[in-house]
Amino acid sequence: MNFKKQNPINQQKRATFGLGLITAIVVIPVLLILGVVFVKGISVIDWNFLTTEPTNGLREGGVFPAIVGTLILVVGAVVWSVPFGVATAIYLVEYSPRSRAANLVRLAILNLAGVPSVVYGLFGLGVFVIALKFGASILAGTLTLALMGLPVIVTSTAEALKAVPDRFREASLALGASKWQTTRHVVLPNSIQGILTGIILEISRAGGETAPILFTVAAFYLPRLPQSIFDQVMALPMHLFAISTQVPNIGLDVRYAVALTLLFLVLGINAVAISIRAKIRKNRIW
Amino acid sequence: MKNIKLKKHKTETFKQPLSEKITEACLRFAAWLCIFFIACILYFLVKESGGVFFSDIFTITGKFWRPISEPPDFGVWVLLAGSLAVTLTASLIAVPLGICAAIFIGELLPQKFREFLKVIVEFLAAIPSVVIGFLGMIILAPYIKEAFDLKTGLTAFSAALMLAWMAMPTIVSLTEDALRSVPDTLRDGALALGATKWQMITRVLLPTAKPGILAAAMLGVGRVIGETMAVLMISGNSARIPSSIMEPVRTLTATIAAEMGETVKGDEHYQALFGLGVVLFIITLLINTAADRFINKKYTEES
Repeated sequence: MNFKKQNPINQQKRATFGLGLITAIVVIPVLLILGVVFVKGISVIDWNFLTTEPTNGLREGGVFPAIVGTLILVVGAVVWSVPFGVATAIYLVEYSPRSRAANLVRLAILNLAGVPSVVYGLFGLGVFVIALKFGASILAGTLTLALMGLPVIVTSTAEALKAVPDRFREASLALGASKWQTTRHVVLPNSIQGILTGIILEISRAGGETAPILFTVAAFYLPRLPQSIFDQVMALPMHLFAISTQVPNIGLDVRYAVALTLLFLVLGINAVAISIRAKIRKNRIW
Repeated sequence: MKNIKLKKHKTETFKQPLSEKITEACLRFAAWLCIFFIACILYFLVKESGGVFFSDIFTITGKFWRPISEPPDFGVWVLLAGSLAVTLTASLIAVPLGICAAIFIGELLPQKFREFLKVIVEFLAAIPSVVIGFLGMIILAPYIKEAFDLKTGLTAFSAALMLAWMAMPTIVSLTEDALRSVPDTLRDGALALGATKWQMITRVLLPTAKPGILAAAMLGVGRVIGETMAVLMISGNSARIPSSIMEPVRTLTATIAAEMGETVKGDEHYQALFGLGVVLFIITLLINTAADRFINKKYTEES
């Protein structure tokens, strides 16, 4: 037999080495990507770049409208998706954990998470922009992003709720509290940080998306701030896409700088979520 | 007196007050909205495609995608072939590497390094696809062009290489979840019988976690098929059926993103792009539902 010929200890050493090598192959490009973008982009970024409007057909000037646009889109997406997402998760975990309807909802959420981003873009265009006559606007774009972010909110909230031990619920119910009172005063306060983490992850994802906003809100060049939710906005990912593929003769360092701004925003938000989660794990009392 | 009290107590326990019922109804409504949304997406995609599926110009097996010629030609096969070329190549890279990395990070690495690597994997998941596309254009494509002596570095292979890394976080973290969901009693049993850690992993962990790992691979593949911006920027955008992965291709997603801006609502081109949306939606729906089966299987075996 094969395993008798090899010393299992040596075999384990070799396997560990091989898997470690593969993990390095997976991880090192990520560090390289971050490093390259940082080194090549940081020289262009200054206060002026972050606070002025693009000029000369996007070739010069800053990215201020794109930053503001991205922030508006992200806030809008969160405002629409969080109430529905959290309510759905509460229903799934607290009210109907094993019913057939709940399984159907779960399957729907898994599939919502799997729908390609560009298909959300098509849907947003067909429904919000054209059928409901919102036009290409903040309203249409944020609704599209919200729909896309819904599965993230539901999944992470459900995880946070499940992490609360059942004995907390039982104690509360035994004291005569109703189901909603238990959820509201016992389960939610004990899982709020986990829910927040999910919301923050959704923010960082929505901030980096391009395909869903391509036809629903993003403007190629709009050097002013929006006045109402029916205006278009610029957005950082769209801006990077535009200057990478649509505008000829643009300095490479400017493109790196936009990429770095976007990465900084998205990964910065992400890092906040990760540190909150680390804190929860450390402080968990159960 | 005693009787009355008892009765009152009973009604309080078994009859929910109205406010409770209303809250539950609201929560149930929100949950059912999710089912409504997914149905709504499919309905609108089909509606906006306006019966293009039944016309002669839009064919699943067609080998030419010529939206502006007269009459136009909407052959889906050429785009599907592009998507398949990119997806299969990316999966061949991402699935084995991702599973190996997950085993290493989850089972073999000491705790303190584990957190650090998980953060890096999460950062990888958070890098916007447009940034990946940008770097693929600027750094990877010229390198591929030189290394393989090609006319252009924007090929199916370049796109697949970048996409493989974009699918990695999904595969790594879900595989890790699957491994972690294997009960510790099984691990302890194997180790107590004198197995090395590696023997325990290959003969106990992996077979037990197999459905979960399969689901992880499928969801990773689903992510690759739906990826848009990076593919649009790196794959070269040439609507021809490739004879090798070293040629430029065009995928379903990239076609929608690139051409939607040129269409007018209701014209044939607009309808054809929504038709592509339906095709994409169905492909990902099948993959995700199948993956869900595996995930459920995992849970029932556990209990």
